[in-house]
Amino acid sequence: MTTGEKSTTGYRGVSLELLTKFNIGVWDRIKVESESGDYEGVLLPRNSMADSLHIVIKLDSGYNIGVKAARIKSIEYLGRQEGHYGIREQEFPYDESKPNIFLFGTGGTIASRLDYSTGAVIPAFSPGELFGAVPELADICNLKTKKLFGIFSEDMGPEQYITLAENIYKEINNGADGIIIGHGTDTMHHTASILTFMIQNPPVPIVLAGSQRSSDRPSSDAARNLINAAIAATGPIAEVMVCMFGPTSDQYGLLHRGTRVRKMHSSYRSTFRTLGDIPLATVDVQKGVNPLRSDYRPRSTPNEEFKIIPTFSDKVMILYYYPNMQENLIRSIVEAGYEGIVIAGTGLGHINRPLYNVIRWAIGKGVHIYMTVQTLWGFVQMFVYDNGRYLMDCGIVPLANMLPETAYMKLAWALGQTRDREEVKKLMLTPINGEITERERPDSYLVLQGGLPEVKDFLLDYML
Amino acid sequence: MSLWKTNDIDYAGIGFRCGIEIHQQLDTKQKLFCHCPVGLVDDPPDARVLRHMRPTLSEMGEYDPTALMEKKTRKEIIYEILNNRVCTYELDDSPPFPINQQAVEIGIRLALLFQCNIVDEAHISRKQYLDGSIPTGFQRTTVIGTDGWIPYKYRRIKIPQVNIEEDSCREVDNVGHNVIFRTDRLSIPLVEVITDAELYSPQEAFEVTWLLAETNRISGLVRRGIGAARQDVNVSIAGGSRVEIKGVDKISHIPALTHFEALRQKALLNLRDEIKERGISDSNYAYSTTDATANLARSPEFVGNQAVEQGGVVSAIVIKGFRGLMEKYIFPERIFADEIAGRVRVIACLDKMPNIAHRMNRMSLGIPDKEWEDIRRSLDAEDGDATIITWGPRQDVNTALEEIAIRCREAIHGVPPETRNMALNERYSDFERLLPGPDRMYPDTDHPPIEIDIERVESLREIVPDLPWDRRVTMKEMGLPDYLIDHLVTNPRYRIFLRMAGISGNPKWAAQVIVEYFTYLHRRDFGAINLSDDRLLILAQLFGDGIFHRESTLDILKAICVKDYDPQEAIDEIVPAVSEEQLDSILSEIITIENQLRDPEKRERFLMGEAMRRLRGAIPGKLIREKLSALQD
Repeated sequence: MTTGEKSTTGYRGVSLELLTKFNIGVWDRIKVESESGDYEGVLLPRNSMADSLHIVIKLDSGYNIGVKAARIKSIEYLGRQEGHYGIREQEFPYDESKPNIFLFGTGGTIASRLDYSTGAVIPAFSPGELFGAVPELADICNLKTKKLFGIFSEDMGPEQYITLAENIYKEINNGADGIIIGHGTDTMHHTASILTFMIQNPPVPIVLAGSQRSSDRPSSDAARNLINAAIAATGPIAEVMVCMFGPTSDQYGLLHRGTRVRKMHSSYRSTFRTLGDIPLATVDVQKGVNPLRSDYRPRSTPNEEFKIIPTFSDKVMILYYYPNMQENLIRSIVEAGYEGIVIAGTGLGHINRPLYNVIRWAIGKGVHIYMTVQTLWGFVQMFVYDNGRYLMDCGIVPLANMLPETAYMKLAWALGQTRDREEVKKLMLTPINGEITERERPDSYLVLQGGLPEVKDFLLDYML
Repeated sequence: MSLWKTNDIDYAGIGFRCGIEIHQQLDTKQKLFCHCPVGLVDDPPDARVLRHMRPTLSEMGEYDPTALMEKKTRKEIIYEILNNRVCTYELDDSPPFPINQQAVEIGIRLALLFQCNIVDEAHISRKQYLDGSIPTGFQRTTVIGTDGWIPYKYRRIKIPQVNIEEDSCREVDNVGHNVIFRTDRLSIPLVEVITDAELYSPQEAFEVTWLLAETNRISGLVRRGIGAARQDVNVSIAGGSRVEIKGVDKISHIPALTHFEALRQKALLNLRDEIKERGISDSNYAYSTTDATANLARSPEFVGNQAVEQGGVVSAIVIKGFRGLMEKYIFPERIFADEIAGRVRVIACLDKMPNIAHRMNRMSLGIPDKEWEDIRRSLDAEDGDATIITWGPRQDVNTALEEIAIRCREAIHGVPPETRNMALNERYSDFERLLPGPDRMYPDTDHPPIEIDIERVESLREIVPDLPWDRRVTMKEMGLPDYLIDHLVTNPRYRIFLRMAGISGNPKWAAQVIVEYFTYLHRRDFGAINLSDDRLLILAQLFGDGIFHRESTLDILKAICVKDYDPQEAIDEIVPAVSEEQLDSILSEIITIENQLRDPEKRERFLMGEAMRRLRGAIPGKLIREKLSALQD
């Protein structure tokens, strides 16, 4: 936006011509005479994804409407009515007796304020802003924040992972008692697993949190997730964890081990689930962190084991197998220079016979190929059928019950360090924090089916 | 002034103004933003979900007053989930699906009925509601038409907007900090028709609301029945404030509600003047509070003892200079202290009434003189100060004290802008929440703008039905009596009535068929389904041609219903062929029947009835009457 000149944010084509003709810009109060009716209100910016044929006016009733530019006869300028944005900052209180938590921002909006005119969400991020939005945080900890990036979670990549790992390492060494990472939810589990591999033996909790309903909504899960994350960051479990809603009800959060967690629903609040194991703990304001198991890594003081290995190869990919997959697909992947392939195979870890030759050829070319299962739950077991034995003979390495996304992150991380086949294999098969488990608890696979009488009773007693 | 002794001039004198918002469910198959079926059910819930609402910062980084109020209530909101009526959208666990185009079309047609301009592009907005009645915390709403009007008393009542929006949940229970909502009603499409505040008496408010509802119903596109239509009534008087009485489900309640709201505002303005006379202003308004649990620990009759036993506390507040104001009448049987109690009930969730004690009721609540005076003394209360005592869980009592102080301070300025709901007596209203600020609307980023094509509007304009006021003129010109007109204005068969009236040349007969006989056949389960429009038109033709007479109409209709006859078949069966000779012999027989009736009028009625029964409408009554009188002479 420039001063002196009229701003026409988001307008193009016919509507832009019209605004230029009448010398009108956004935030101008205008009176429009059109064949569809006469309207008075404030000209709003237009969403750039919307068409170029309408202008948007905020009526005094607070409602917005679009008026077709071609039907507008005249626009009268009545004045200017610009929205003012500013989040009131309140100093985040410091209390010596409380733990010091460091919050990194990556671009998700865990707390925000709304621009009522455009509907845009303005993130609240500084400690002062966060205190204004979620004052409960001050009851839990002292807070420092640093905004590392401002990107959507799907745009996270190696550069961000490495920067994040380095910053976390630095702040823990500077004395932070816990780390929170505000993160978009789409790839939160990818970041959680790569941080588990990059930051080894952390002495304090590293907690990722975000929201499924943006924080500008009264029903948002953001504040509760942030408060739970702060409790987890001051808690006893020193691992990389995801902290998000347990049920969709406002009841408690779950702490998920970073290598075993996955986003399982595109929009539900309770979207994050631990797969093939049970979650680490529940967390809420009343009871704090309540571990569900004892084999977690406890909080300690920084020691020599605490280190970072911030490596990443971007020549790794996930191949989601489907019936009738053609061998030229794999050939082109290899020819494009990929060095590592994580296959999400069917059933116990299978792909079709016509691919065997190309797999053998790819491994001969030096490509590292690992097998996971697209069933997500359960182990790869390639000894059961001949086909599996043949594939292993070709050089495919089964990855037990490692989740495909976790395997992708781990292979990228491993190939960032070495290309030696045996060394990579050793890195892949040696669990760092639960990405491969020795055994599968019987209650680690629970996908309740609605409609069953016993599930009905359960839902009435415990809520969704 | 009582409602029934006031006239429009009295209301003009106090500057009475009223505007109406009428909400009515649209008759669509599915909900507005998802594909759930519409319809309320009484089945037990399949699951429950617990949520809380958190106020969001407004544009200026402030909280909306309503939002803050709802935060103070700390409500645990439980939604009863019905698997066959709601999906993850209503639970706020999925984004909206594209808007229901059937609802948009109905919206356009209704907006055209109200003479609106139709917007070129509809934008979905979010209107914040933090009471939990909508799980998202906001209602999705969009304006479809603007600048409409309806004619009323030789003037035009402006309809600035006609909106389409989603309905909220049904409240099942609301006790203490727990509120339970049922979700079946949630997201049913509604039309919202808004008038300007141009109605100048309760009677006008009533009549215009009726007219709005009539117009909606004429469309045949809205749902009817209990709860399908609800009104918000905005009332203010000169010097007062806009107060919204929400969710009035019967139009007949509007005159009393608006009248008593005007009275309440007048009383609050009088209270304001008295406070001013006492020299109390914002700058010197003062109060003090204290814990009084110990003071009342030895009073066995004290009504708050149970709360204290359960771990609660008793607190007292003294408002400087407010003595005697608590007992000022606001409604005929309600005093200012009741206004305060309403706030405490809603915001502090102390909902076991009575929830406050003051000078007038403290004896009956078991607070003896000595304790009362002790408490007042501990707060340095002087003669001119008012005291209020409240009890309950500590946190709630603290909220209550705050609210009492706030409500008394508001009295300095007169009428606080509030949303209220109808009291049980259907005349007064109770506090529901503070009136939301203007900034609670913001664009919905989940739904793209909806272009409304001009051709679409024009094609819908062609099928706009004639309007209630025009229908009334038409029927008046036909000479129909008012009671039939009232029924026919919104009758779904109005158009077929018009054609029957034209074909038969007898509007009154046609009106009788559509209004009276249809009702009769419905009530007695005759299955009016066989009365197709085509059959009705043929029947009108036959009636016009004199094939049968008024008297046999109902029997013919019954035969059509029961036996699925065509009109001619029914007439053939019902109406006997009677020759002139047969008629004369029947009538001669009738007048010889012995009876005791001496009164000539009664006697004639008896003879007519007997003749009609035997002739079953084969002969018009007029002819029978002529013949009977000729025979007797």
